[in-house]
Amino acid sequence: MWYFDVPHIVYGEEALSHLETLKGRRALIVTDATMVRLGFVAQVEAALKASGMETEVFAEVEPDPSLQTARRAAKRAHAFAPDWIVGLGGGSCLDVAKACWVLYENPGLDPAAINPLEELALREKARLVAIPTTIGTGSEATWAIVLTDTEAQCKLGLGSRQSLPDLAILDPRFVANLPAQVAADTGMDALTHAIEGYTNTWHNDFTDGLALQAIKLIFAHLPAAIRGDAAARERMQVAACLAGMACSNSLFALAHSLGHALGAAFHLPHGRCVGLFLPYTVEFSVRGPEPTRYGEIAQALGLPASTEAEGALNLVEAIRSLAREIGQPLTLHDMGIAEADLEARLELLVGNAEADSQTLTSVRVPTTEEFRTLFRYAYAGRPVDF
Amino acid sequence: MAYLFPSDAWAKALMEVLNASEAYAQAAKNWEGDCFFTIEPEGSMTRPVNLWFDLWHGKCRAAREIPPEEEVTPAFRFSGKLSVYQKIFEGKLDPIKALMTRQLKLQGDMKAIMRAPKAAQELVRCATQVETVYPE
Repeated sequence: MWYFDVPHIVYGEEALSHLETLKGRRALIVTDATMVRLGFVAQVEAALKASGMETEVFAEVEPDPSLQTARRAAKRAHAFAPDWIVGLGGGSCLDVAKACWVLYENPGLDPAAINPLEELALREKARLVAIPTTIGTGSEATWAIVLTDTEAQCKLGLGSRQSLPDLAILDPRFVANLPAQVAADTGMDALTHAIEGYTNTWHNDFTDGLALQAIKLIFAHLPAAIRGDAAARERMQVAACLAGMACSNSLFALAHSLGHALGAAFHLPHGRCVGLFLPYTVEFSVRGPEPTRYGEIAQALGLPASTEAEGALNLVEAIRSLAREIGQPLTLHDMGIAEADLEARLELLVGNAEADSQTLTSVRVPTTEEFRTLFRYAYAGRPVDF
Repeated sequence: MAYLFPSDAWAKALMEVLNASEAYAQAAKNWEGDCFFTIEPEGSMTRPVNLWFDLWHGKCRAAREIPPEEEVTPAFRFSGKLSVYQKIFEGKLDPIKALMTRQLKLQGDMKAIMRAPKAAQELVRCATQVETVYPE
């Protein structure tokens, strides 16, 4: 028994105008200062006002948003009483919008209690719109909420299956001028979602096609998207959403556990972290006792895969080749992390990666010592041989 | 030797396996809280059976069947049909998926459960090592 849930999706040129058809009185836009500066918030406000809605803006979302930010956004929602909450921005903004929505509908709830085992009351006060402005997080199509516990220096993988946006709007205007570095980081995030969505232990027939199509689109279009090709960016926007739908309805795996731990400890972009670990985790997983599905992905990409090991090896090389082409780091050393800093935080990293819920759905779950070794191999760029 | 599930003997057999498992000790090293499992009757079972495990920092300090008249206040209370437990222990149903689909119901600090996925996985792995027979 399992479920398949996706938001209503509006995509393509002028998709934003769909906001003009919404019914409601008040909309709270949850976003960040960059979205205000770029004029994106004004465009969203104009569309909402055309529908007759009053708007208010919470533009305080920071990178790696904290539990406190989510609480502040919810406080604003309680005061404004919106019937729509509109998340606008990258994954951080969309995640805070989801958390704001849950806390608005469930006053007094501890954000850390937003988890798949809790029954949450939602859609009684408001509904949620997600408008992504990157080409990778896929947050517009997932129920996942990643917030940072600044005291414990760890990322909290939150979310309930109910915390899925009602509506996702993919308008290419919002990614047309995305900085190349953000495009590269978020593009690797999308690739990790798609590959882990296809290969984790909860994969299913409903998500397989979405994941494979996303993988093909990303390999075909990510480099051109980073060079600024508008058509490629639009295809990447779709790929990211497909990958989000896939992993929201299967789950993630080990690259996310390792990436969450690293990103929280060293304050590095999520997509860069998970993308860096992806090839290492493919190498690790294919050496385990359980069957993997990397060969099928390799075949879909037209890579030699006469055996699972050969397919995995070629997939790893394709991922690293793509990362090189778009200027992404291949090692923790390349990321600018000093070996002494890694060693000083290794036990924190290992503890957080082990406790990450994404570890559970990995096809091969590392022991504590293997987690340590994975971090060290990723530092040095050593192919995984254990 | 095969143990009937659910029974006091099965609970004690699982306690032995847990306490012999280095993997469980490591995965559950931060776990604090006793768990109370209600197995709802199916087939030839005529009444619910309650099993209780005192789990503390990677060890099982006590385990037994709790009679229906005995009042307990466990940190975590699970309940589900016999067939759900059987599927979990036979590796056919992921315990977290069972919780997410409400096939297995939980009362207690759910945040703590979500922070201990590996401990849950190792506990189930230990349960699969207990030679088990189920009521017809």
